[in-house]
Amino acid sequence: MTRPKRIAGTIAHRTAILAYIVFALFPLYWLLKVSVTPNDLLYSEGVRLWPSRASIEHYLFVLEHSDFPRFFRNSVIVSGSTAFIVTILASCAGYALSRFAFRGKYWIVALMLLTQMFPLVMLVAPIFKMLSPLGLTNSLSGLVIVYVAFNVPFATFLMQSFFDGIPKDLEEAAMIDGATRFRAFRQIILPLTLPGIAATLGFVFTAAWSELLFALMLISSSGVSTFPVGLLSFVSKFSVDFGQMMAAGVLALIPACLFFLFIQRYLVQGLTAGAVKG
Amino acid sequence: MASIDIAEIRKAYGPVHVLHGIDLSIRDGEFVVLVGPSGCGKSTLLRMIAGLEAISAGEIRIDGRRVNDLEPKDRDIAMVFQSYALYPHMTVAENMSYSLRLRRTAKERIAAAISGAAAKLGLDTLMERRPRALSGGQRQRVAMGRAIVRAPKAFLFDEPLSNLDARLREQMRGEIKKLHQSLGATSIYVTHDQIEAMTLADRIVAMNGGIVQQVGSPLDLYDRPANLVVAGFIGSPAMNMFDGIYRANGAGPAIEVAGGTRIPLQRAYQVADGTSVTIGIRPEHIPVGLAGEPGIACNVELVEPTGFGTILHVRPFGVTLKAFTINRAATASDAVTIRLPPERLHLFDAQGGQRLS
Repeated sequence: MTRPKRIAGTIAHRTAILAYIVFALFPLYWLLKVSVTPNDLLYSEGVRLWPSRASIEHYLFVLEHSDFPRFFRNSVIVSGSTAFIVTILASCAGYALSRFAFRGKYWIVALMLLTQMFPLVMLVAPIFKMLSPLGLTNSLSGLVIVYVAFNVPFATFLMQSFFDGIPKDLEEAAMIDGATRFRAFRQIILPLTLPGIAATLGFVFTAAWSELLFALMLISSSGVSTFPVGLLSFVSKFSVDFGQMMAAGVLALIPACLFFLFIQRYLVQGLTAGAVKG
Repeated sequence: MASIDIAEIRKAYGPVHVLHGIDLSIRDGEFVVLVGPSGCGKSTLLRMIAGLEAISAGEIRIDGRRVNDLEPKDRDIAMVFQSYALYPHMTVAENMSYSLRLRRTAKERIAAAISGAAAKLGLDTLMERRPRALSGGQRQRVAMGRAIVRAPKAFLFDEPLSNLDARLREQMRGEIKKLHQSLGATSIYVTHDQIEAMTLADRIVAMNGGIVQQVGSPLDLYDRPANLVVAGFIGSPAMNMFDGIYRANGAGPAIEVAGGTRIPLQRAYQVADGTSVTIGIRPEHIPVGLAGEPGIACNVELVEPTGFGTILHVRPFGVTLKAFTINRAATASDAVTIRLPPERLHLFDAQGGQRLS
């Protein structure tokens, strides 16, 4: 390819990426824009890219006069616990599926796959029926249990694929070196699976963080509501407080962003390079 | 160091039988090479000795102690894998010291052990590197270093050189031999490369189809292969084989091949006159002469120069034979004569493939 053609190609490539990024991030930008638009300008200025006057009044209201901090705390507890429990269970189950041959393995995998085929709406009523006599409705633990149950199968498959990518030779070498299988798993395999663990943690955390259906159906008191349910409280019978709702939305993005910032270095692939031939 | 005794070892994966009763005694300090084509069960046997595969039947003893039900970690053996299996998140020093750290060895002793091994293997300057920053040969050395720091009862090698290029393989082969001479450690080495087997082994165990075909010194296997499988596997270029009929009558024992050509034998064999046999002769044992010299006349079909010598494909009595000669003059379609010296012929039963005595 000639030089001008190559340059033109690069420009087209970058422009396409830029257009996609703008398209993907525009709703986030709009969230931010509305959250800093004072109420009196919200409907009077028409569609503008940035309000003539920005303010943080919605943020202050959300933080000081609404239940949002409590919703926020509940969401952190539910999502954090779910992510933590699911990742531990999925790591163990994924390792077993990746490394061991055992009776019924095929059926377990098939059943796990089957659980992913039902629309959640179908399952809300039976789950409510089951949790209610156990006193697990209207409680954060009930929500964690349901989220864990729904996320474990997919997370297990995800972790299994990461374990499959790590050569068996490594733990066999460790076992010959004097480690038990569990120690080999902990000291050799787990550190190499950190990208997988980070991906699973991130995936489950965000899934639980933004889950609305079960949170709405299983929780009725505002004391144990999570933030997606809380967001609905900005919608009243007669009006929608867009500014406050958007401010709450922006605040809700912060933990997810921090979480990904924290795990992103583990998401970098290539940690196993040099383990085996190549 | 220790002896290893393998008695009636069998391995089955469900209905598939991989090893059919292997018996083998390996002496203290001996270097034994398990050799055979892919899928012959040699790696499975090695992994059973290591404790990485369950034993279906039979018994393995290391230093007199039954190890069938012991975990790999309790067998006190070291293994070098084909893939090296270095821990990628640890430095060379950490890789080498891992086994000692697991055994809670004192720090000073660990330092002494790994620096000793590093000096032996020329790894001194690489100790702080991660495996990904090493070349194939260096990784192989680290894998060996990891094995020797522990001074285990036995070393197991699972095709350790097969990922290296030819030149490096030759160099590492020499290093493994030197290492064995200096450590005197009991070693079991699995390979499908018969040159590795010949050069390294005190004794070779030739396997095929989950059965031990022959056990002996490298030259035993080369000079007196027990059957057609071993005869075909040991030696490069491979032994020539062709069929004939054993004739005990007439002017002394001989083999009659296609076209009625009679190849005289050195002595009589314990088979009946008229028995079908397979005759083997190594390419390097077929003298090639100019046309007109005594021998069987034939034409050169193909010439394969190897540098040191030349492999000639010739076709006497309707069979293509390879002959190795250090004479470089021959070209394709030259008329030559070959001789089949009676003392160099190997006779095998054409049905069972066993060596005839």
